[in-house]
Formats: sequence, C-alpha cells, structure tokens
Amino acid sequence: MRTKLLVLIAAIAPVAAFAAGEAHLERAGNDVGNRASLQRGARNFVNYCLGCHSAKYMRYNRMAADLGISEPQLIENLMFTGERPHDTMRIGMNPDDAKRWFGVVPPDLSLIARARGTDYLYTFLRSFYADPARPTGVNNIVLPGTAMPHVLWELQGVQEAVWEGSVDAAGNAQKHFKEFKPGAPGKMSPEEYDQFVRDTVNFLDYIGEPAQLQRTRLGFPVIAFLAFFSLLAYALKKEYWKDVK
Amino acid sequence: MSSTSQTVKAGGGRLAALTAWIDARFPMTKLWKEQVSEYYAPKNMNFWYFFGSLAMLVLVIQILTGIFLTMNYKPSAAEAFGSVEYIMRDVNWGWLIRYMHSTGASAFFIVVYLHMFRGLLYGSYQKPRELLWIFGMLIYFALMGEAFFGYLLPWGNMSYWGAQVIVSLFGAIPYVGDSLMEWIRGDFYISDVTLNRFFALHVVALPIALIFLVIAHLMALHEVGSNNPDGVEIKKVKGPDGIPLDGIAFHPYYTVKDIVGVGVFLIAFCLIIFYAPTMGGYFLERANFEPANALQTPPHIAPVWYFTPFYAILRSVPSKPMGAALMGIAVLLFVFLPWLDRGKVKSIRYRGPIFKFFIIAFAISFLALGYLGTQPATPTYTTAARVFAVVYFAFFLLMPWYTSIDKTKPVPTRVTYHAH
Repeated sequence: MRTKLLVLIAAIAPVAAFAAGEAHLERAGNDVGNRASLQRGARNFVNYCLGCHSAKYMRYNRMAADLGISEPQLIENLMFTGERPHDTMRIGMNPDDAKRWFGVVPPDLSLIARARGTDYLYTFLRSFYADPARPTGVNNIVLPGTAMPHVLWELQGVQEAVWEGSVDAAGNAQKHFKEFKPGAPGKMSPEEYDQFVRDTVNFLDYIGEPAQLQRTRLGFPVIAFLAFFSLLAYALKKEYWKDVK
Repeated sequence: MSSTSQTVKAGGGRLAALTAWIDARFPMTKLWKEQVSEYYAPKNMNFWYFFGSLAMLVLVIQILTGIFLTMNYKPSAAEAFGSVEYIMRDVNWGWLIRYMHSTGASAFFIVVYLHMFRGLLYGSYQKPRELLWIFGMLIYFALMGEAFFGYLLPWGNMSYWGAQVIVSLFGAIPYVGDSLMEWIRGDFYISDVTLNRFFALHVVALPIALIFLVIAHLMALHEVGSNNPDGVEIKKVKGPDGIPLDGIAFHPYYTVKDIVGVGVFLIAFCLIIFYAPTMGGYFLERANFEPANALQTPPHIAPVWYFTPFYAILRSVPSKPMGAALMGIAVLLFVFLPWLDRGKVKSIRYRGPIFKFFIIAFAISFLALGYLGTQPATPTYTTAARVFAVVYFAFFLLMPWYTSIDKTKPVPTRVTYHAH
C-alpha cells in the first residue's frame, strides 16, 4: 500500500503539469437566467444527447416547472419513450451494449457541467475534426481519442484540423494544433452552431444544479435583511457601550 | 392555597416564582450570573475577539444542518452519492441546508484559524491560560478529524482519493503502518465499510467530543478570565465591590457586541452560500461531482484548503515517513506554545521587534504553504515549500531563544481603552 501511494504521488505531478498544457478552452458565455436559451437547450438535449447519455438525477417535471413548460407541452415535445413526467431522465441503452459498441459507457450528464465546467463542454462540442484513423471517423482536440462520435455533424459539418510542427529541446518532432478549417459543410452556419452548443451547455449547467435558479433569486433579500439586522445590532451596541468609560 | 399565592406576590410575578422554583432545584440563575451576566470581561477586547463566539455560532449551524442532512443521507457506497443529489434536488430546501453545511465546514476553519492567531498575537496561551489553550487545541484536532471524516461522506471521487491519501499517511508509521491502515478502513481499501464507520464518527463520536471540549474550554476561560489586547490581568486591579475596574459584564456588553459580529459574519457566509457555494472549487471541488471511482484518480489530488499548509509540509520532504512525521509535528507544536514562549509580556503591543518579525514571517509562511498545498508539486513550488516549512518550524523551535532576548516594552497596569 505504501509503495502504491508513492507511485500515486509520483504519478500526479506529471499529469497535473500536462493538464495545464491542454487545449485552450473557449468561454461558454452561457446564462442560466436566459429561459429561452434553456428551453432550446432542453430541446437539443432530448433530441441529440438523451439517446446515449442519461441525466438520472433530473426529473422531467422539475425541468418543465423551472423552464416554464406546461405538462402537455412537455409530454408532446420533450418526452419520447413513455416515461411519466415525474420520472428522471433515464435511457434504455443497456450499459453492457454501450461498452461493446463504444468501448466505454457514455457518462451520465446530470453533473457533467459541475464536474468539468461549462467552458470545457462548450469547447469540447465545437472541437470535433475529421480523423480517418478513428473508428468514428472523428477525433477531438479537447479530449483526444474520445469514443464519442460527432453526433452533431449534420449541423456543424465536419471540420478539419490544421497542425503545425516544431522540434522540442530533445530534438523530437512535435505536432501542435493550430486551427480548424472548414470541411464538409453542415446545415448551420458557424454562428448558429455556436449558439446551438451554447444553449445545450446552458441546459447542462442548469441540470447540474437546478436549485441555482432559486438560489441566486433568494440571495438578495436574505443579504438585504442581514444588512438591516447588522445596522440595528450596531446601533444597539453603540447605545449600550455609551456607559463604558 | 393561600400560602402559594403569597409566595407568588412576594416573588414579584409568576415568572419570578417559576425562577425561584427552578433555582431551589437547579442552579439556573447562579449559572447565568457566573457564566454570563456577572462574568467580567476586559472592556478593551477588539476585532480579533469576535472569532470565539463566531466559532460557537458555526458549531451550532453545523450541528443543526447536520441533523437535517442525516435525515436524508444514506451512508452506503451504493447510495451515498445519489442521496446527496437527492438532497440537492428533491428535498425541500435541501440545497440550502447542504450548502450551509459545506460552507460551514470551511467557515469553521477560517474563524478557528483567526481565533488561534489572536491567541498568538496577544499571548493568550501564556500562564495562567495553558489548559484553556490546550482544550482549544483539542477542539482543533477534533475539528480536523470531523472535517476529514465528513469529507468522505458525499462519496465523490475526490472524497474517495482524498481519504485514500490521508489514511495512507498512517501507513508511514514503521512496523504497524499497514495493519493500522487496515484497522482504520476496516477493509483492504476505502469501501462501504469505511464509509459507514466514518459516518458514525462524523455524526456521533466527534460531535459529542467537540461539545464536551467546548464546554471545558469555556469553563477554563471563565475560571481564569479573558485575556485582552494589552495582555494585562484585569483581576489584579479590583474596585471595592470586588469587580475588576477594567471589566464589564459579558452580558449585555459583549452579547450586543457579538451580535454585530454575527450579522457581519452571516452576510459574508450568505454571499458564499447564495452566489459562490463552490468557491471556485476551494469549498466544493470539481472532481467531487463525479462518484467515487476506485479505478480512476482525479487529475490532481489535494486536500481541502484548510489542510493544505500541513499537506505542503508533507510533500516538501522527500522521504514519506519523515514527511508524515514532520506534518504531525507541525500540527502538534501549537500545543507546546505556553512553554516555548519565554517572553515576559503577553501582548504583541509590548513585545520587541524580533517577535514581531517572527510572527509576521510565520503568518506569511502559513498562508504560502496553504497556497502551495493546493498546487501541483513542481520543482519550483517544492523548493518554495521547503523554505516556508523551515520558517514555519523556526517560529516554534527558536521561540525560547528569541522571546527571551527580545527587548520588551513596559506593560501598563490598566488596559488601554478610549471610550467612543
């Protein structure tokens, strides 16, 4: 066990150093206060993500209530596989099958925005590029070798990565990602696609912590009360301490 | 019947009668007077003296929110992570209770560190307050245990690997290390068994220890009396009524003052709860939003910020057993302060320049070690951590020397206080 820990500590340092040199993350710039964006994000999520990824802690009716969607609208537009509104967003795909098809079980997305951050997700979904060496035909700059196919290729098209070479201090050739160049076009313009991704990431941000809508709304009155309370308490303290000479 | 009604009248009302009835059977009024309304505290206590009462407030917050969390939490490896999300999503106000508890954990350490630093500034550990200081240190140790056990409970991946790393520190103890680790975990790795026993320790054993220690701490304090920013013993100068001339009744003077502190503290506390409950990954870490996974380590394992000064010391030593030993010593050294300090005066106001230099260097090194402990151990950072660790130990180990040669200023007989 002792040696295991030493190996562990030794392993952490280089990994962390590498992490710092990872792909540059773009700012997601999403806003969970934007309800229209959340509604579009919910539509994108159930249509493109929910086939393979569950959100097992998120209830359909909670989402509907928070996003201003009525129950008939919810059932009509956002629920496709016979769940009831109070169910959570589970999927029918068998994990064993998933493992066989993709090599990994697609992770549950309930908390993905809290675990990875919205910038990571936003950049990830915009960083697929054509790579014939991969079984899915695509690779990703943010998560090289990802098992996830480019589910949104119809919308974005398939872009190509441009690389530049350099030689490091040890004399080894290095390949760095430079930029994307457009490949086969998709149905959306780059701006439309960015907005599509931003809405989706916004929705993932929301399902990571549905209470955040309530939390940020409640903050102001609570703090305003405490400020008033503190002022009163200070006046009371002043009054009492007049006798202390 | 008539005699009863006469007693009521003589006592001045029903409430007074009830008080008299209780006082004849339990020392209610006596305790209140001794501990609160006739406990005389120095009138010159300043900003630094808020943190003791705030630590009590946070303890109460932690116990109350903890009770409600326990009602919905499931201490099993299969259900723990999901039950925390259940609290965050489905339990009424669960998210608020959970954030109060998670923010409270960090707030506890902030106020306790400031409270301890106050003790260093004003020599509050010196005679006759050695036991008071030791009870305080025991509270701090219990708190560290409480934080460590509690951190495993959400069963996130950082919970899991953080516990793995800290438990393995005991493995550095020669001969018994491996069996000691097994004994702590109750298993060959961090498992359901470990989670279940950490839960028991977190919600029953340590809170009881904490409450008893806080009572002992307060009893010792009220026996010897509070120190103050001048380090003057107010009991030495008493009025004809036997009350210290520089003392004022704790209630109402310090109760109304501490309420102001409570208000300001709660504003800061609520700003975090409502607008930044994860504190950018310092209070709730990103990796902890993924369930515990024995096969996948988080990219960067570090303990929560309140342990990082000691973690940085551990990491700065190349040999692991030595590092673990030095880390333990770094924590324990505080206990010996009353005997390491040979100074003739208590307060920093009357200390000489050498002490001031050392205490500033110590404060800087503690904060720097805390920062370095959160960062990956690059060669530059490791070197920096070694320098700061040396300063940290120098503060304690050279103390008998520098406090005895330091040029102190004369201490007044009365406290300095300017009425406002």
